[in-house]
Amino acid sequence: MPGRVVTVTSGKGGVGKTTLTANLAVALALLGRRVTAIDTDIGLRNLDIVMGMENRIIYDIVDVAEGRCHLSQALIRDKRLSGLHLLPASQTHDKSAVRPEEVAAICEELRGDNDFVLVDSPAGIEGGFYNAVAGADEIVIVTTPELSAVRSADRVIGLAESIGKGPGRLIINRIKPSMVKRGDMLDTFDVIESLAIELLGVVPDDEAVIVAANKGVPLANEQSTQASRAFHNIARRMTGEEVPFMPIFEAPGSLLNRLRRAITG
Amino acid sequence: MGFLSRLFHGNHKSSKTIAKERLRLVLAHDRSGIPPELLNVMKNEIIVAISKHVRVDRDGIEVSLSQTRGHTRLVADIPIVSTRPGVTPNSSERGTR
Repeated sequence: MPGRVVTVTSGKGGVGKTTLTANLAVALALLGRRVTAIDTDIGLRNLDIVMGMENRIIYDIVDVAEGRCHLSQALIRDKRLSGLHLLPASQTHDKSAVRPEEVAAICEELRGDNDFVLVDSPAGIEGGFYNAVAGADEIVIVTTPELSAVRSADRVIGLAESIGKGPGRLIINRIKPSMVKRGDMLDTFDVIESLAIELLGVVPDDEAVIVAANKGVPLANEQSTQASRAFHNIARRMTGEEVPFMPIFEAPGSLLNRLRRAITG
Repeated sequence: MGFLSRLFHGNHKSSKTIAKERLRLVLAHDRSGIPPELLNVMKNEIIVAISKHVRVDRDGIEVSLSQTRGHTRLVADIPIVSTRPGVTPNSSERGTR
C-alpha cells in the first residue's frame, strides 16, 4: 500500500513545526513504520540539525529536483532507526529553487517505499508553503495557544481549503497546564472552537524537548516525559488508532465532553 | 491577593477570556474578507438611516463582525438617546398594515 504524505505547516514561524516533524517521524518509526521526513525550508534548513544528521548531508532536495543525483542518494538514514530517513533542504538556495510539481513528484516517488512521508514547511504563506503542500494527502496545522499563532493557523486552514487540501487536523503545541488552570492561557477547547478543525494532538511545554534537540536526538526516542508521550499518541492517531487525549492538558471541568461535542457536532 | 482583587473587581476577566474575545473578533474580520474601510462606510450609512427616526449616541456606536457557528454576522450596537419629536412607530410604519 502506498504511504501517506503529511505536510506539517503553521503560517507563523517558531511554533515548533520542525521539532514536531522530527519527533513524529521518530515516533512513527518506533511504531515500525517506514518514514521519510522532507525539509522544504530551502535556505533555512533545520530539520537535519534537530534530527542529528547535519554532518552527513551530501545531496539535498534541490539536487534531486535538478537531477544532479538520484533521490535515493540524497536520503540520509537515521543511525538508530533503520526505517527512518531524511531528505534535507538546501542551505544555499532560496524557496524558488524548487517548484511545487517537483516536490509533489518527489513525494510521489517516496510514497512507494514509505508508510509516511512527513513534509516540514517553511514559515509563511508564500511560495514555500505551496511547495510544502503540493504533494500532501493531509495537512497538519501546528499552533501554540497564543492569539498570533491561532490567527495564522486560521489563515493557513483557509488557504489549504482553497487549494483542496484542507481543512486538515490540528496540533496544539507548547500548552502550559499551569497557565491554563489559572485562566491565563487559551485551552484546547478554546482553540478548537475558534478554528473549527479536528484535533490531532496536544503537546505540553517541556524543557526536555530542547535538551533533546541540543543533543540531536529527538525526544520521542525516549518515552519518559509527557511531551514524548504526546508525540507517541499523535503518531498512533496518525496510523488510525483511536487514542484518548491526556486529561492533564485540558481545562478543569468536562472538557472531554465539550471536545467530543466540538468534534462530532 | 487574587481573592481580594476578585472581591473588589467583581467582574474581573482572566486574560484567557480577553484573548478569546479578541480572537473571535479578529477571526471574524479575517474570514469575512471585508476591508475595514468598507465596514466604516456601512457603519456611517447605518447611522444615517437610523438617525432619520431616532437620535443616537454617535460616540457609543459599535459596529463589528462576529462569527457564530460558521456564519459571519454584522453586529451593530447603537445607543439611542431619544426618539425624535414627531416620529412615532405608527407614523414611520404608515401603510404597512
